[in-house]
Amino acid sequence: MKTHSLVMLTTALLASEISYAQSSGRISGSEFNPALSLVLEGRYADYNEDFELPGFQLGGEAGIYEKGFSIGHNELTLSANVDDKFYGLFNLAIASEAGETVTELEEAYIETLGLGKGLTVKGGQFYSGLGYLNTIHDHAHDFADVPLVYAAMFGNHLLEKGIQLRWLAPTDFFLEFGAELTSGAEFPGGENEDNNTGRTLFVKTGGDFSVSSSWQAGLSYYTAEFDLREGGGHAHGGATADTDQEILDGKTSISGIDFVYKWAPNGNPAQRNLKIQFEYFLRDEEGQLEYTDNINSLTGSADYDGDQSGFYIQGVYQWMPHWRAGLRYDHLSSDNQLSNAVGGFTNDELGEATELVTGHTPKRTSLMIDYSPSEFSRFRIQYMKDDSGEVSDDRIYLQFIASLGSHGAHKF
Amino acid sequence: MKKLGNLLVVILALGFFNAAQAGLGIFACEPEWGSLANELAGGKVDVYTATTAFQDPHRIEARPSLIAKMRHADLVICSGADLEVGWLPLLIRSSANSKVQIGQPGYFEAAMQVERLGVLEKVDRAMGDVHGKGNPHVHLDPRRVAAIAKSLTQRLIELDPANASVYQQQGEKFQTRWQSAMAQWRTKAAPLKGQRIVVHHKDWVYLFDWLGIEEAASLEPKPGVSPSTSHLADIVSGLKSNPATLIIYSNYQDDKAARWLSARTNIQAVQLPFTVGAHDQARDLFSLMDELLDALLIGIQQK
Repeated sequence: MKTHSLVMLTTALLASEISYAQSSGRISGSEFNPALSLVLEGRYADYNEDFELPGFQLGGEAGIYEKGFSIGHNELTLSANVDDKFYGLFNLAIASEAGETVTELEEAYIETLGLGKGLTVKGGQFYSGLGYLNTIHDHAHDFADVPLVYAAMFGNHLLEKGIQLRWLAPTDFFLEFGAELTSGAEFPGGENEDNNTGRTLFVKTGGDFSVSSSWQAGLSYYTAEFDLREGGGHAHGGATADTDQEILDGKTSISGIDFVYKWAPNGNPAQRNLKIQFEYFLRDEEGQLEYTDNINSLTGSADYDGDQSGFYIQGVYQWMPHWRAGLRYDHLSSDNQLSNAVGGFTNDELGEATELVTGHTPKRTSLMIDYSPSEFSRFRIQYMKDDSGEVSDDRIYLQFIASLGSHGAHKF
Repeated sequence: MKKLGNLLVVILALGFFNAAQAGLGIFACEPEWGSLANELAGGKVDVYTATTAFQDPHRIEARPSLIAKMRHADLVICSGADLEVGWLPLLIRSSANSKVQIGQPGYFEAAMQVERLGVLEKVDRAMGDVHGKGNPHVHLDPRRVAAIAKSLTQRLIELDPANASVYQQQGEKFQTRWQSAMAQWRTKAAPLKGQRIVVHHKDWVYLFDWLGIEEAASLEPKPGVSPSTSHLADIVSGLKSNPATLIIYSNYQDDKAARWLSARTNIQAVQLPFTVGAHDQARDLFSLMDELLDALLIGIQQK
């Protein structure tokens, strides 16, 4: 009896290996290797005032849509498993700015697959794991632009070069720790001699309240030291700058919390669903401010000590298939000090000229409605009562997003 | 910062104690595969089912709780054939779990174990949300379920040789019960043969293939595309010349289109349990099929 079952077992095992090799299929995201996808984004904007954020030195991609018709980031993504140990992704944004076609490398990284013990290592250029929205590409956002706090603190996104280590704790609930060692050269960091001063730590946790609702919460910390950070950002308008400002020998650190809540009846979002998210960041930075007025050929400098914070809260509700509406409120505040001014300006004059010292608190209320004919296309209208600059403005954005190629992932 | 660190250590320690697991950890994407795993493993496994009968397995997000469960899994059982393409690959990558990576023995796609219907040479999005690998909803054809069960038994043995005899026995027991149930279902379902039925989404093709039912029309103009008024009007006129006996839809689908068509055509619309757990009576794969056939038979009699 025993030998009999042993023989049977062996045959079963052999058979299993054969059939498994022949028939086990793969979910790959695409029939192609690598998976190829293209996101197209078209825009139209109407507003009066240029983008300003008093109290914050603009950097990175911070800015607003071009007036009238424009195209956004058309993103070309290639991704695949490199082999059984690594996954790789390459993501190129192609945009047109002031009549010129510009390509921007977004993400280009490799990541370990099933390293075990809950460990994942990523290396290359990637969106930092801090916060909630940071890793989510713009076309997958629920509004036509990023929250003000992301524009102010990270120049829209913290996109960095370096390595990331994540550890998923062996707990019953979701608990993940992450650390990054990066160049520190990207805003809000800046050029630094060894190109390695960026440090990020984050922890995320989350779970389900019930079958209908789930949540995620996170804490983040980022710091970088730099020799030089140029201000001015990505703001559209003048071709040559009338003024320049930069911060020398600086240090910046940001702490943040984020929370996301999602609800859908019985966990089935097809008909109705709700998503609420909140993020708050606090930035502490210091350095030496250098300011140049190119028109009057005057320069000045001062010690800069910046304390800034900001948050947004938003809710997006799908009330029937294909249709969603969202409301978002942004708020920023700053308490920056300039001291020991030398050169052609006083502390107060520098503070005013750079807009770093201000009594203004940027605020914005945005309302959006979008219509998605399918999983792969979306049309959006967004109205903003924008008090981010000192002059209040009404802005209207229209946007379409279409995604071609391999099926994207539904990240929480 | 230090206080925060201490708090995290405490949370972590609590989690470690909770995470202790009895047998082989199984992560089933859909209730039908969770149920099959329970049938085949005889209490030697710890089954977690990621979705319920009230959710569309195509539209799930890789949410935190699922990532945590995936980290502990020894075996992942899913329909596959791209049904879970929007969340499963991301979930598996996020889990960092070496056992369940695609291509490992701990990764099992049910649909890929059997011949699939609707396999396409070329996929165009204008055709709706279709997948080249064919229709993934294989669990409603008992012949295919029997074949999948056989592969799964072998996979369990491969992964947990210590309990091989249990899996072998359970597998044989299941096959015997399933074959006799199939014979009964066939007899019972005889009146369904040749019936023309309107479906909401193309998720009944395997049931129809098994029972010889004809799909009269689909409320969705294309898979995954919501019913439109013009398409429904076309169905109404089509049904005038070539009538159908029933309109069916599943739990996670909106019943509006089905009720609208029912009112226009006087054809009864019924909600059918699509998978285990959809009705109180549909507790496992056996009672699910009982329920399904009962509902279909009542439906066509009331015509």
